[in-house]
Amino acid sequence: MSEPILEIAKLNKSFGPVHVLHDVDFKVYPGEVTALVGDNGAGKSTLVKCIAGINGYDSGEITFEGKPVVLDDPRVATGLGIEFVYQDLALADNLDITQNMFLGREIRRFGFLADGQMERKAREALASLSVRTVSSVRQVVSSLSGGQRQTVAIAKAVLWDSKVVFLDEPTAALGVAQTRQVLDLVRRLADQGRGVVLISHNMNDVMEVADRVCALYLGRVAAEVKVKDTSTPQIVELITTGRSGDIGLAPATADKVM
Amino acid sequence: MSTSTEGAQGFSLDVERRTVPGAIRDWFDRLRGGDPGALPSILGIIVLGIIFSQVSSRFLTSYNIGNLPGQGAYIAVIGLGLVFVLLLGEIDLSAGTTGGMAAGFAARAIFSGDLHKALDGGVYWGLLVFMVLALALAIWLKAWSGAVVIVIGLVVILVNLDQHVFWAIVAAVGIGAAVGTFTGFMVAKVRIPSFVVTLALFLAWQGVLLFALNSQSIGVTDFDLWNGLTQKNLSPMWSWIFTIVVLAGYIGYTVVKSITAQRAGLAADTMQLVLGRGAVLAVVGVILTVLANHNRSANTNVVIQGIPWAAVIVIALMIACTVALSKTQWGRHLYATGGNAEAARRAGIDVTHIRMTAFILCSSFGAFGGVLLASQSYSVSLDLGAGNILLFSVAAAVIGGTSLFGGRGKPRDAVLGALVIVIIPNGLGLKANLGPQYQQVITGVVLLVAAAVDAISRRRTAKG
Repeated sequence: MSEPILEIAKLNKSFGPVHVLHDVDFKVYPGEVTALVGDNGAGKSTLVKCIAGINGYDSGEITFEGKPVVLDDPRVATGLGIEFVYQDLALADNLDITQNMFLGREIRRFGFLADGQMERKAREALASLSVRTVSSVRQVVSSLSGGQRQTVAIAKAVLWDSKVVFLDEPTAALGVAQTRQVLDLVRRLADQGRGVVLISHNMNDVMEVADRVCALYLGRVAAEVKVKDTSTPQIVELITTGRSGDIGLAPATADKVM
Repeated sequence: MSTSTEGAQGFSLDVERRTVPGAIRDWFDRLRGGDPGALPSILGIIVLGIIFSQVSSRFLTSYNIGNLPGQGAYIAVIGLGLVFVLLLGEIDLSAGTTGGMAAGFAARAIFSGDLHKALDGGVYWGLLVFMVLALALAIWLKAWSGAVVIVIGLVVILVNLDQHVFWAIVAAVGIGAAVGTFTGFMVAKVRIPSFVVTLALFLAWQGVLLFALNSQSIGVTDFDLWNGLTQKNLSPMWSWIFTIVVLAGYIGYTVVKSITAQRAGLAADTMQLVLGRGAVLAVVGVILTVLANHNRSANTNVVIQGIPWAAVIVIALMIACTVALSKTQWGRHLYATGGNAEAARRAGIDVTHIRMTAFILCSSFGAFGGVLLASQSYSVSLDLGAGNILLFSVAAAVIGGTSLFGGRGKPRDAVLGALVIVIIPNGLGLKANLGPQYQQVITGVVLLVAAAVDAISRRRTAKG
């Protein structure tokens, strides 16, 4: 068993009087897909935004590759090699694929943008993921379908030699064939040695592509289990009640937070 | 090697060489897909040109055409500044009155020879304190280039260099930059909607202009350089040099770009297409220069020839803005912020900084536009820059194809749109029985048509 590449311990976050995350522990292993599941309002998105440095967090320790880090700015996380693919995609519609993939990290030569070089690298990144659905990296994003956009967003993460990739509901708005493509892409990311975190509501996706599952229940980690040791009903139980059989939150805690 | 060939198959469109027919086909596709580009404004210029050539035989004379750049330069320059702000989906209603105020201080400084003595103590120190505060804001929010312009303006005013015309205009731009820093701070940091902030400032700067002028308008025809901005022309030789530099620069750049892109295996225009485009532009440029270098004066005692300074200024500024927007990281970030501010923020772009710089640029261009307006109307009047000035400039950008909703637009739009707008009063002015009432109605109709084209094309893009 390899060491976790990203380890979060006792993370707390409140929005005013609302305590959203309670002592959350979360680990990401290289080469594995970790699914982060939980009901609406369980704190999945908040946790991701804390790691991304968008929210900031109240207390907690984060270690990346064994070193403690403080994630208080989006640039810190991306600088470490942690990439995020958001549910609402975070692509600028008026820019093309290349421009979006390099947004905020443009390659320059003599102070001016090196568009040709960026174009080539964008193409290589898409090719390394065996993307077949995009015919030109000069297409404007507003002309792409949902699946193509998701592909671009994921390829953006690959482009930067990322070590950890967070995917927030990557298949939520996609059709059957497109979901298939994106799940293959997720698996390929992990097979290339990255730590992948998949946030999803879809148990089929989770069971198919994930190696381990971390269930959040009302801002607490209910359980972290390996996919091969669990089943869809058990995960659903963890999501809805915070416990299942002898794993999960202690009954007292689970009831108290209700 | 295997990856690159694999990639090449996957991106069939990216290795295609674009030929002349291909470019024409692309252009039609874009048109049908809802991106009319410069077509509406060029059609507008042609249609209005045909109409006015029927209205008056004097319209198509080279004397009259030669007047257009001077008459429209202020619209184009204020419009160029507005493009930056419009790209963010914001608006600056105060750009016109900022220009009036800045030009007012500059004219007063030249006219009196000493701004400090001429102005009421309160007004003078108020101006300096305002600029120092703006400087502090600019430094705090890391708008370095804005800070530099403010410092230059501040020093010029402090050492009384602004009694010279050139430095007075520099000081005006410095005041503009200070105003833009303040507006940008209110919009980007305090987060007041730009419409409200700039509406308030639109009113306030009109009052400050009255303070600056002490309620007396100042003629600028005696200030040689200032007057020349819109009234004088380059000598024929310099006209040719200007034309050749611009054309050679454009053709050289596109040729080099095509060659390097083809070598790198990227999508590229064929040499045929590049040279064809360059040739068309060169022919137009040479014809215009030949015409401009003919004596176009109706008076036999006066010689008027050469490209108007105003045209040179506008073209140079347009090229600079185009390079800044399309070739620099800052420009890319500006488009991204206008297209999706949240995506830009998540990509690590300092959105506040981008918004600040856009407003600083807009007000600086506005200040220079005010100087041009005063030059064109012979004086800094008490209401310089108020009234329709700003609305004409916004209309110019929109007619040219810049979207009011942000994310789409080019500097070129403001210049072509300004040409459309200035042709209307110019053509009507040639016929004595067509009063100003026609001008405003026609300008309104043209703007409405342009906005309709924008809305329809956006709907088609959304559908497509």
